[in-house]
Amino acid sequence: MKKSVLLGTLTLAGLAGVAQAATLDDVRGRDALNCGVNPGLTGFAAPDASGKWQGFDVDFCRAVAAATLGDPEKVNYIPLSGETRFTALAAGEVDVLARNSTWTYSRDTDLNLDFPAVNYYDGQGFLVPRALGVTSAKELDGATVCIQTGTTTELNLADFFRVNGITYEPVPIANDAEGRQQYLAGACDTYTTDASGLASVRTTFETPDDHIILPEIISKEPLGPAVRHGDNDWADIVRWTFNALVAAEELGVTSANVAEMAAAPTENPEINRLLGTEGEFGAMMGLEPQWAVQAIQAGGNYGEIFERNLGEATPIGLARGLNAQWTQGGLLYTPPFR
Amino acid sequence: MTIAAEPPRRAFRPGQLLYDTRYRGITIQVVALILLVALIAFLVRNLVVNLHALGKDFDFGFLGNRAGYDIGQTLIPYTNNDSHARAALVGILNTLLVAGLGCVTATVLGVLAGVLRLSKNWIVSRLMTVYVEAFRNVPLLLWIVLVYAVLSEATPAPTAFRGEDAEASKLFGLIAFTNRGTYIPSLVWGEGASTLGVVLVLSILAALVWRAFARRRQEATGQPLPVLWVSLALLVLPFALTFLLLGAPLTLDVPTIRETGIARFNGGINVLNSLVALWIALALYTGAFIAEIVRGGILAVSRGQSEAAFALGLRPGRTMRLVILPQALRVIIPPLISQYLNLTKNSSLAVAVGYADVRATLGGVTMNQTGRELESILLLGLFYLVVSLIISGVMNIYNRRIALKER
Repeated sequence: MKKSVLLGTLTLAGLAGVAQAATLDDVRGRDALNCGVNPGLTGFAAPDASGKWQGFDVDFCRAVAAATLGDPEKVNYIPLSGETRFTALAAGEVDVLARNSTWTYSRDTDLNLDFPAVNYYDGQGFLVPRALGVTSAKELDGATVCIQTGTTTELNLADFFRVNGITYEPVPIANDAEGRQQYLAGACDTYTTDASGLASVRTTFETPDDHIILPEIISKEPLGPAVRHGDNDWADIVRWTFNALVAAEELGVTSANVAEMAAAPTENPEINRLLGTEGEFGAMMGLEPQWAVQAIQAGGNYGEIFERNLGEATPIGLARGLNAQWTQGGLLYTPPFR
Repeated sequence: MTIAAEPPRRAFRPGQLLYDTRYRGITIQVVALILLVALIAFLVRNLVVNLHALGKDFDFGFLGNRAGYDIGQTLIPYTNNDSHARAALVGILNTLLVAGLGCVTATVLGVLAGVLRLSKNWIVSRLMTVYVEAFRNVPLLLWIVLVYAVLSEATPAPTAFRGEDAEASKLFGLIAFTNRGTYIPSLVWGEGASTLGVVLVLSILAALVWRAFARRRQEATGQPLPVLWVSLALLVLPFALTFLLLGAPLTLDVPTIRETGIARFNGGINVLNSLVALWIALALYTGAFIAEIVRGGILAVSRGQSEAAFALGLRPGRTMRLVILPQALRVIIPPLISQYLNLTKNSSLAVAVGYADVRATLGGVTMNQTGRELESILLLGLFYLVVSLIISGVMNIYNRRIALKER
């Protein structure tokens, strides 16, 4: 009697332990990638009018799904608030968290996450109505500030006002949609989050020109996809999928010409290694030889993804800035495919 | 010599554990105990294994670290340099504040609505029915969000209070309703204010003594003395007199709008809209349940009691206060305890309006910034458990006092 109970206990405990197995096998077994995204931030991740998820982070999820499963449509989008995202990732609810999350020391070490890449270099700014008559963040003394709870911006905000010796009243909100609604209702004088997020929110206003983003950028916010610490193979897949998109832009591989370039080896050996026409680079990660081709076909290279979702032709109208290739004065610098 | 014949003693056989009723009970208990221990061992092992797999330890040390975030409503001094433990305490006090306010208001509302629902006046009783059914049958979260939306959409922004001919003005020149919150004057204790406090305490004591005297006299002679008016006079007159004699030591700090920079009120107390919304919604919602409990309690008192009271010449008001309600309380109190517990736990819906209760500080920002989910949730559960046990403990003592004394 006692023995069988013990055995049963051990079996169950063993089952609980197995849940931590290789993420790639989980994804393949499920035949879908669980991707944690922002519940609604135009340009980064938001469902469009037909309910299809669109955005910069969404395109990254699609690229990872294409690289691992061969089909960019095999993604389950799981919207997560700022407060719940890391718990959801740690609990295995999502395989990768592409939810404009800032890479910080304590998140990397203490929260046991890994940030395989930085896909957007950002900084925190303030959005104010033009009518408020404020031109600098240092004039915000006594302001009521809408702030997403559970984010780095919450801590930066406290530091910024402390350093400048001015006061504020925080109004905690859960996500960008609520922030937009509270800000427009006048429940706060200013809304603060990453500058890209502010630009995105502003495009959804009826009169975007009545609102300005203050010149001060008060923090460094390297945003990137996050995975659980401990599964290095999976982290490698996420990292090199991103690197493949960046390298593709650098090497002039686009969604339009990738099929043609991958059909036969080209003159450039690096392109050949990237697109699997030379060497066994896919197998090194346990993927198909064509993994990078599929990732690039999903939504184009980094530049195409950026221009389509955030670029100057879109209502959000962000310049590449720090997010340009290193050859263009930006910070995007992928290690070589060799 | 005679040898007493001993009854033949049969050796104990293991089979008796199962088939002998003398031992079977013990066997079942031992097996149940082993199963329980095994279950607990499994859960603990599961926890240890999974924590290890995630590379996490179990440590409450994070409570001493710098919190680094700000909180909108703080009843005790708090800055972002204080520890997570203090942030949790700020949240706990905020939870207790809204729960306390909610319980008192819900009780008043509930008793009124419960009594009025039994009113012979058709309109009054139907109105109360509408109130009870509307609030009981719509989720609390919707009420909280609705009240909050009304408060923040229907009130003016602080800028509207600016300038010579401001669009908005303060109620009685004292209270400003804005879409950020309600600014009310605060009391400023001047010189001699302590004397005022002493006078107030003495007045309250005097009123209590008068009450006891009036009761004893009524029991002895049957003559009622006016209690309410005398008590009021005892409370107000000496206080007002001292106030004037000392030259108004208590003053009001009235909130005033700042005319330059960002519009905000200086002075006074800002009662956040999130607190008001949560308070009103919790009180109205729980009040509807309490109304039904009160109605049930009153209906549980036999009609003979009120008929007997009327026969003795008591008026309806006194019949209710002296005969019906004391008996109804015995039925009312036990379910009322559950409602208080519900209200306290429902206050965690504060998350919907961004009110900084303990779930938002300890179970929200602290948990998220430190990644200590297990520790935070355990502490949070412990807090709600302790508060609930205290509430039900206190209410049980009260219940025992008013329960039917059987001798």
